[in-house]
Amino acid sequence: MLVAAFTWTEFAQQLAAGIREGAIYAGLALAIVIIYRSTRVINFAQGEMATFTTFIAWSLMNQGLTFWEAFPIVLAIAFTGGVVIERALIRPVEDAPVLTIVIITLGLALLLNGLMNLIWGGANVQFHGPFSTRTIDIGGVPVSVQDIGIVAVSILLVALLALFFRFTKLGLGMRAAAVNRDSSRLVGVRVSWMLALGWGIATVLGAVAGMMIAPVVFLDPNMMQTILLYAFAAAVLGGLDSPVGAVVGGILLGVTITMLGRYVGFIGSTLKLPAALLLILVLLLVRPGGLFGKVAVRRV
Amino acid sequence: MSLLELRNVEARYGPVKALHGVSLTIGGGELVAVLGANGAGKTTTLRAISGTVRRTGDVVFGGKALPRRPEAAAKAGIAHVPEGRGTFSDLTVWENLRLGAYTRRGSIKDDARRVFGFFPRLEERRDQQAGTLSGGEQQMLALGRAMMARPKLLLLDEPSLGLAPLIVKEIFEALERMKGQDGMSVLVVEQNANLALAHAARAYVLEVGTVVVEGTSDELRANESVRKSYLGY
Amino acid sequence: MRTRLWLELSAFVVLAAVVVLLPRFVSDFRARELAIVGMYFIALLGLSILTGFNGQISLGHGAFMAIGGYTTAILSVNGFYGHQLRDLWTIPIAGVVAGIAGLVVGVPALRLSGLYLALITFGIAVSFPQLPKKFDHFFGGTTGKILNLAKPPFGLSTTNNNWIYYLTWGIALVLLVAAWLLVRGKTGRAFKAIRDSEVAAVSAGISLGRYKTLAFGISAFYAGVAGSLYAIANAYVNPDVFPIILSVYLVVGLAVGGLDSLFGMIAGAALIYFLQNHADTVARWLNHLPALSLDPQKPGIPSVVFGVVLIVVMVLLPTGVGGLVRRLFGPLTTRLYTRS
Repeated sequence: MLVAAFTWTEFAQQLAAGIREGAIYAGLALAIVIIYRSTRVINFAQGEMATFTTFIAWSLMNQGLTFWEAFPIVLAIAFTGGVVIERALIRPVEDAPVLTIVIITLGLALLLNGLMNLIWGGANVQFHGPFSTRTIDIGGVPVSVQDIGIVAVSILLVALLALFFRFTKLGLGMRAAAVNRDSSRLVGVRVSWMLALGWGIATVLGAVAGMMIAPVVFLDPNMMQTILLYAFAAAVLGGLDSPVGAVVGGILLGVTITMLGRYVGFIGSTLKLPAALLLILVLLLVRPGGLFGKVAVRRV
Repeated sequence: MSLLELRNVEARYGPVKALHGVSLTIGGGELVAVLGANGAGKTTTLRAISGTVRRTGDVVFGGKALPRRPEAAAKAGIAHVPEGRGTFSDLTVWENLRLGAYTRRGSIKDDARRVFGFFPRLEERRDQQAGTLSGGEQQMLALGRAMMARPKLLLLDEPSLGLAPLIVKEIFEALERMKGQDGMSVLVVEQNANLALAHAARAYVLEVGTVVVEGTSDELRANESVRKSYLGY
Repeated sequence: MRTRLWLELSAFVVLAAVVVLLPRFVSDFRARELAIVGMYFIALLGLSILTGFNGQISLGHGAFMAIGGYTTAILSVNGFYGHQLRDLWTIPIAGVVAGIAGLVVGVPALRLSGLYLALITFGIAVSFPQLPKKFDHFFGGTTGKILNLAKPPFGLSTTNNNWIYYLTWGIALVLLVAAWLLVRGKTGRAFKAIRDSEVAAVSAGISLGRYKTLAFGISAFYAGVAGSLYAIANAYVNPDVFPIILSVYLVVGLAVGGLDSLFGMIAGAALIYFLQNHADTVARWLNHLPALSLDPQKPGIPSVVFGVVLIVVMVLLPTGVGGLVRRLFGPLTTRLYTRS
């Protein structure tokens, strides 16, 4: 069952690849958790929204902009898009049962997927990322510059967000709105706009994840679907209302899956996701709230 | 001119009407109590003022009509400490206080110092999660949070609920000091009518969503039906 | 409320009448389509019991359908100790096998709730199609297994499609009555109590473990029966017959039907069937509107249509069809009740 050949070099390479995968999952998992914390809604359209914004980036680059020129424009579009979607689709039904809202996000996912097929055809397109694909030598191990770049950008983004939530008034307001809506209203937090802001930030996170992964996996409308599944798994692993958990869960999951896929022959590439979910199930049986989540202690 | 005036305010929760036309006034620097049995509409009255329940009728604050959105009340200088404190349990004590000052600009250091002066125990527990505080400390935190906003009007819902008498005494003494300091007005809902009348200048008695008796504390204490129904003697 | 009882009984009678008479007015192919709607209906009845009435979310019910379908396939083709079973008799067996699987899943599910449970059940849905590929000698791998074409029994003179229609809807009506009785009885009340407040239910002496796993088992049984019928109708099974997305469609159907409205599930079943197979028809129909050019042949249009319809339906009917019916008939029953 186990692969015969094992070298430390390859182990390190797999580890690096796993961390890179994990960084992508972490970004999307964080987006999922931000929306879930404040609204108890799982946004099934998170992946499609990310792919959509990545296609926009591709179009802009086709018009002659460089990646870094297009980057801030795409982020602005992503933020606005997220806010608009929340205002237009989610706000009108905010008192509806959660399942209803989740189905709406599902419909949105389908809609976006179809639109992408319509607008950009079904063909794979080449997305030229900002990082070169050459490898550099770190302690004897060849590591791809791209991988380093992806991880670096993800870390930077998460750090910025952490600072935002911890130290700014707006960030505090968002956290308050997620934790206790009624009291937030009493102190003057505009809860409704906090939710919209959450969607905006989540969409930006997705856009970055999409633009990071597109050079690696080829840009096409279905690009984010499997990644979204892994991101859900990561978010659950970390505990659905813990942003820290989402990031940690993402990295852990990325590394574990890569290692499992490479070193446990039985799993190969087809059973990676089921294997991951099985592991998470085992963890959840022991810690029902995930790694960092809170489950109301209930002794019945 | 009164600070706050309610004219014939009605409120409903879905199909159920909770307030059938409540009118009351509060002046600057006054401590006014709202008494009544369970379900009389006391909490709903406070909610109608802070905009957290749907209402019809006029609420005039500082001479201007108060919009119905909750953020408007907070911005206008009304701080509402709800029943059950409403602390942000997952956030720290310090973050709770910061949130109290959400609508204010500028430094909050002086206000924080003042709150810690009233409630030194809060300073000890500054970085603790609010949910780990005792009931009395959470009430102090809720009050402190309200104070951070430097409100013109403080709405207090059942401050004594579930607290030991000694803590309640501490809290009401703090209230008296706060009232004196900035000319803040306090509208307090209390089921403990004796306690409320001991501190309040005036009071309103609510029954089934309307005001049935109003007057100064002395007048209410002299009122026989009020004594029998709410004061227990 | 007696009025409500009368309304439900009359609804059932009307439904039964429609079911019996409909094939006379529709084409043979339509009868087959309606039969598949019936299969979705059966699966949704089960899901409604689990999610609508017991509050446990499952994003993996497609897997239980697959279990039912494969059980039927294996029993008909490989047979049981050499005897090939007639497809009809495999239906209850398929249901029971799926039901047992449901009970098994129900045990770890006790520790999970809400989204955590949703993800794990989704994991089941995702993992399941891989199993037949991995153990292909037994399950037929990607090519799957081929069954005999379903034939009406006892030489009844009716077409194959009509037979499948009557078989499906006959079973559906029986299972509807069973579900209805279950929900109104002691078990149903226990389910609802658990859904509304687990703590309160336990204080009232209701065993969470027993009833929650039971709910999973029963709903899996229903799904298994539906899957079995689907296999019989298709005359073959392979992993693509019960894809991952099926579990998602079922939840969509559940929401559109109205979570805990048994009759509403018919609407849910109709919608998911319709959207899967006729998104292009809707596109063609919408094409007639001015300013819209929705060539159904262009890739992506069916998804767009599906997505938009879903959004519109859920925004207009947040509580599903069942919720709408309740709102419409609610005042009626209240008025009649208070008068009497």
